[in-house]
Amino acid sequence: MKFLQDIIHSVKPHFEKGGRFEKLYPGFEALETFLFVPGETTKHGVHIRDAMDLKRTMMAVIFALVPTLLFGMWNVGYQHHLAYGMEATMMDNFWFGFIKTLPIIVVSYAVGLGVEFVFSIMRGHPVSEGYLVTGLLIPLTLPVTVPLWMVALAAIFCTLLGKEIFGGTGMNFMNPALLARAFLFFAFPAYMSGDIWTDISPEAGQALIDGYSGATNLVAFDTNFHNMASASDMFWGFEQGSIGETSTAACLIGALILIITGVGSWQVIVSCFLGALAMGLMLNGFAPADLPNHAMHTPAYYHWLMGGFAFGAVYMATDPVSAAQTERGKWIYGLLIGAFTVILRVFNPAYPEAVMLSILLMNVFAPLIDHIVVEQHIKKRLKRV
Amino acid sequence: MSVETASAPVIEEKKKEGLFSKKNRRVLTDPLDDNNPITVQVLGICSALAVTVQVKPALIMAIGVTVVTAFSSLIISLIRDSIPGRIRMIVQLIVVALLVTLVDQLLKAYMFDVSKKLSVFVGLIITNCIVMGRLEAFAMSKKPWPSFLDGIGNGLGYGVILVVVAIFRELFGSGSLMGFKVIPQWFYDMGYVNNGLMMLPPAALFVIGIYIWIQRSRNTKLVNVS
Repeated sequence: MKFLQDIIHSVKPHFEKGGRFEKLYPGFEALETFLFVPGETTKHGVHIRDAMDLKRTMMAVIFALVPTLLFGMWNVGYQHHLAYGMEATMMDNFWFGFIKTLPIIVVSYAVGLGVEFVFSIMRGHPVSEGYLVTGLLIPLTLPVTVPLWMVALAAIFCTLLGKEIFGGTGMNFMNPALLARAFLFFAFPAYMSGDIWTDISPEAGQALIDGYSGATNLVAFDTNFHNMASASDMFWGFEQGSIGETSTAACLIGALILIITGVGSWQVIVSCFLGALAMGLMLNGFAPADLPNHAMHTPAYYHWLMGGFAFGAVYMATDPVSAAQTERGKWIYGLLIGAFTVILRVFNPAYPEAVMLSILLMNVFAPLIDHIVVEQHIKKRLKRV
Repeated sequence: MSVETASAPVIEEKKKEGLFSKKNRRVLTDPLDDNNPITVQVLGICSALAVTVQVKPALIMAIGVTVVTAFSSLIISLIRDSIPGRIRMIVQLIVVALLVTLVDQLLKAYMFDVSKKLSVFVGLIITNCIVMGRLEAFAMSKKPWPSFLDGIGNGLGYGVILVVVAIFRELFGSGSLMGFKVIPQWFYDMGYVNNGLMMLPPAALFVIGIYIWIQRSRNTKLVNVS
């Protein structure tokens, strides 16, 4: 570490005011504070400073994402070897998934951070670390077979139209990572739905598989919910799906980390789950009795396990920027996300990706919810005056 | 859509003015950039979203709107002194409707396929805010010639945006321009895929949004005008 510090100190003058690379200062500053906690103190007045700055917050989210990432990598390999009917050790599975997933992550980071650097240098504001999390969230929400140039396009789209156009990190009203996924979902539907969830790249000594049919649970459940994977498979994540979202268990570990570190709001997570459960139970009550396979009969807790619900509720809905801010607002926001997810899943087979769409929808409504909550509060207090 | 009044450059009475005097030229060119009906006044968005999937219908639509705005401005300006103030909207509507019907019938007679693609949106030029807006804001109080130029200018300003949006949407959405394949086959073989989002109406919103962004960062006059 010492030598890194020395290097930074020796090149710092070039980047400061009057130096040769003055224009590139935001880029330099970003790297410097990424490596070391900034040593500056505030110059005016008294401010409460916490060691928990934006970069440390983002690192907490990254740590929370590690379980899903590791499990996702393993599952990619597991599904691949399952498709070929091969026996594979845990390390084999993991290694295969690692090789397949790494390029997606690298592309996502490189392109997204590239856009951020260009913008901060153009506008002269410091590079913000918001993309650290977004860059990892994007690959986790994509199928492993997605072409890399699409990942790059999505990263550009979400940094440009999701964030920079509104003024950068902290100003976005929608979750950028979900925006990237929604963009790909609508732009290249053939690569985001259908038989694409398992990587079936050729294996030495095995016959080629073409068209390994992989209906994810979300598709299976529309025709007959009994065809879905078993609840325990769905909970642990031994199923097809996007890289990071299959395992509800891994997401719950992540949720625990987020709640303990205080980064994610537990109200949002809990209310999301409750909203889905309540809506699921309600639909169970109204389900047509003569159609025993109808999607409305799906046991309510299945909605927690299916698709990316846990992933969305834990990592996406809790995004502190785009979620509701007020205490009561968070509950409303979460409950509605859960309820809308179930409604979309059951009644709109065309868009099985219900979690993504309902979180984006509620992101748009979050400021309105906050406004109403605040106004309500003021009204109540005014009566006592 | 309601009729909104838009600010128009004031033209004072003059004794003798050339056909293309500086002022008249400004009337013609202002709507192309500084006072663009779509990106600055934000009028006529609906049809901009609907008819810009391909360049050809967008082009026809642009021409149609230009004809309608230009000639309705001219006619209204010619009879502006004899229109009773209380029923002026109805008179304007009748003139606009007449011209729109003409355009619609012409399209049906000579360009049936385009006419089918544009479907209801040709008829809806009647309700296009740009037409009524220019009549109210400009033609009702100005002489015929500047009104005519203003109509052409606004029609073109609308058309420019339409065509720009359509170029992006058709190029990325179906890989062609004016119906001709532009993106070569080997590019598809390398793994390129047409962008399905560009075929959906929100894409037009994105393109217009980016256009406004670029326009405002270039043209500082427009910042804080809304």
